[in-house]
This record gives sequence, C-alpha cells and structure tokens, in this order.
Amino acid sequence: MLLIECPYCGERPEPEFVYGGQAHVARPREPSGVSAQQWTNYLYLRDNTRGVHAERWRHTHGCGRFFNALRDTTSDQFLATYRVGEAPPAAARGLR
Amino acid sequence: MQRFSGLSLLRRGLTGQRGWQPQWRRAEPKPAYDALIVGGGGHGLGTAYYLAREHGLAHVAVLEKGWIGSGNTGRNTTIIRSNYLFPESAALYDHAVKLWEGLSQALNYNVMFSQRGVLMLAHTVHDSQVAKRHVHANRAAGVDNEWLTAQQAKAFCPLLNIGDIRYPVLGAALQRRGGTARHDAVAWGYARAADALGVDIIENCEVTGIRRDAAGAVEGVETTRGTIRAPRIGVAAAGHTSVILRMADVELPLESYPLQALVSEPVKPVFPCVVMSNTIHAYISQSDKGELVIGAGTDAYTSYTQRGGPHITSHALEAICELFPMFRRMRMLRCWGGIVDVTPDRSPIIGRTPVPGLYVNCGWGTGGFKATPGSAHVFAWTIARDEPHPLNAPFTLERFRDGNLIDEAAAAAVAH
Repeated sequence: MLLIECPYCGERPEPEFVYGGQAHVARPREPSGVSAQQWTNYLYLRDNTRGVHAERWRHTHGCGRFFNALRDTTSDQFLATYRVGEAPPAAARGLR
Repeated sequence: MQRFSGLSLLRRGLTGQRGWQPQWRRAEPKPAYDALIVGGGGHGLGTAYYLAREHGLAHVAVLEKGWIGSGNTGRNTTIIRSNYLFPESAALYDHAVKLWEGLSQALNYNVMFSQRGVLMLAHTVHDSQVAKRHVHANRAAGVDNEWLTAQQAKAFCPLLNIGDIRYPVLGAALQRRGGTARHDAVAWGYARAADALGVDIIENCEVTGIRRDAAGAVEGVETTRGTIRAPRIGVAAAGHTSVILRMADVELPLESYPLQALVSEPVKPVFPCVVMSNTIHAYISQSDKGELVIGAGTDAYTSYTQRGGPHITSHALEAICELFPMFRRMRMLRCWGGIVDVTPDRSPIIGRTPVPGLYVNCGWGTGGFKATPGSAHVFAWTIARDEPHPLNAPFTLERFRDGNLIDEAAAAAVAH
C-alpha cells in the first residue's frame, strides 16, 4: 500500500485516494477542428512511462481535491506531489 | 526431439530416469533470421511454433529478456474460457479453446488442459441481466454458455455459499468447456515443439533498440547479446510492449498495471471447477498440485514493479472467505504480481503497425493466458502473410481512431 502525500493534507494511506491517470493531458480547445488521429491521441494514447510518470490523484476520502504527482513506475516511489496548475518540480523530474 | 509416450515414461522409469535430454537447445543468437519474436511467453513461443510449422519459416528466433515463461505466462491464474460478449471476441477466444482441446496431442506435451467448467456468479439484478445477455449472445455465436439458478450453481460447486453473504448468489453463467491448464507446461511445450522445428530460443537477451532502414522498415534489433537482423519482427511483450514499440516510435493505447494472484498451501482435491465473481471480485480454482489459485484485481495505478498493494489481495480473500467459508482457515503460501497491458476497450491489438515489418500482439490485459494458442496462431499468420487472419482482422490498432471498439469491459472479469 502506498503512502501518498496530499499537498493539502499531508501523508495519508493509498485507500483514501483515487488514481486519475496521466497528468497534463490537454483537451483540444476546438474538438471539431482537430483530426481523427489527434482526437484519438487525446482520448486513448498515454505515455505508459517506464520511469518517472506525472499523474493525477484525488484525495477522495480526505479534502476531495485533485493534485498531481511524480512517481517512478519502476519502484512506485513518489518523487514529488504538487498542486493542479503548477509545473512538475524540475529537480524531481530528472530523477530515475 | 525425444517423443513422450506411455512406453517411453515406463522405460525411463524402469531405468532410473536416466537418458532424458534437455527439451530445447540453449541457442546462441545468429546474426540474422527470417523473423524475430520479442517475448518468450506462451504467445511468443506459440507464434514461433506456428510460424515454423504452418508457414514454413526456417529461421525464427524468440528473444526473451529473462527466462521463458517468467512473465505473465508463469504468473496468471490459468483460467480458460471463451464466453465473451461480442462476435469478434467470442470467435477469437473460441478459436483458442478449440486449439486448447488438441494442444497436448499437437505438442506431444501434456499441458494438463482440464475442461472442468467456469462458473461466473451473479449477485445483483444487473449481474443477472448481463450474464443472461452473455449466455444468449454466446449461444447465438455457437459458443457454449448456460444460465444456472443459485441452487443449480450450488449443485455444480457444492462448496459455494449462496445465501449467507452480503451479496447473495442469484444465479450463474456456466461455460462447461472452460477450465484450466498448466501454465508452465504451455511455455515449455511450445518451446520444445518450436525448438524441434529449428526455432532458436534465446533467453537472457533483452531488446534495447529496433533498427530501421532508410525507408523506415525494420531491419533488426539491438540486444544485450548483440545486433540481430531480421526483416520481420513480432512483439509479444505484454506489460512492456509500450517500451519496445517506442523504440520504433510507435505509440500504443496501452497502460500497464500490476495484477496480483496468490496460492494457498496445497490440500487434497476439494474444488471441482473454476468460480469467478465480478461483483465482489474474486476468482478461484484448485491446481492439480492441490493449491487454491486465487486471482485479485489490478492496482489503481500504472506500474512496472511486478508487485501490488496488500489491500488488493486482502479484498479478494475477503470475497473468497464469504463465498467459501470452509477456506477461512486456509493459509496462503505465496502471492505475486504481473504487469498487464490494458487497452481502452479491454480487447487485444493483434496486427500490423505503421512501421513496415513490425507486428504487435498486445493489450490482452488481465486475460491473455486463455487465448494463448489462438493468439499465437493468428499472429503467426499475420507475420507470415503481412495481413491479418480473418479472426484478428477486427483487432487492429486503427480501431481506436475509426471508432470500431470491441468493448469487452464487462467480459474481462477483472475489475480495473
């Protein structure tokens, strides 16, 4: 079970959270203007990174807020958590 | 290849089990092959076998980064069934069941395929309706599946507790042709038969790059054991498919999750069939060795660690203890995780990629073992002829762009 640091509430056990998939996936501003392939990429293509992965979590059974995290998918270790709207911390991003 | 028979077993038994030969060669990589298969699990080894046997490719190699069968082939709960909802899936999975039925004879290797029946429980009105829809769809497609009342389900599996639980069993769908097989024997049997046809099985050989020519077509791979050239490369790398395909700049709609399973201490034969419950999430069978083999769900997050959270396995065990109170004092012996590659529609991708000469067989998610022979058979066809077999033609990568999803989320049985 993971111990996850909510940027608002501090460290809490994993069952309090819901995983929200890859972070920073931007919805096309004009869906009718993009090609079928671009829309497919938005809907279905994910990085599925083996290494440091930026992802969303929601502290559902806590403050209820979404936040982002950097986690190493080869060890499940969290390198950083940060608030929605913030850029991923550069120092943690390079870690492997 | 030394053929196995009752007589050969008897003769070796009377002479102290001496004279057995290794079942496949420890091959060294050659500089070039007609085709390479990346991934030495059941799907990859089977593909190499069918390429050599049915399509006459003389020079085929299987590249495995660890040892064969060390990935999901050796980590799954060995359940085999074909009761999927949509005609495309039912046809593909039933093709596999039909091959399973003759596999031990075809390979001259006992894969211990046992058609003991797969019982899928319904605990709610919605479950019952969905299960009946599956039963009718399967029967219309020529796949056996039948609806049992709760009492009939209990008669089929007497250990089942149908009433005294939070979500009582309202009925069940039973596929009698479903069952289990011995997972390691599938890898070993295909490896032995492929080796006998000249396929090189190269273990401890991790692919680190894919080489392409000026036109973009594949011309070989870089590995930890040197460069190997081949005009055709088939990837059957399960949870690591995204990593391999990215070496050729191909992006796939896959996410890799840990999926856990566990076994109990071995006991005498007590459990007659396979039981699965989608709603309270557990599935269970008993191996011929006597262990209860129990499947849990996937973890919530993507990972490549081959381990998952203990709260996932304890959730599965709580469901098992409710459904089968007599197992409450059983001790669990081992638990482990495998990395499963899940597609958005829970159906596999089997076919060509945008890169000429590069083929992919992935996205089997939580249920690839059951499809092993069928998947390998149609994938070999696809690689040999550079066009899909009619059975895997709908399972393209392009279906996500074109909106032709085969949405089997309800039939996949593992909650994710």
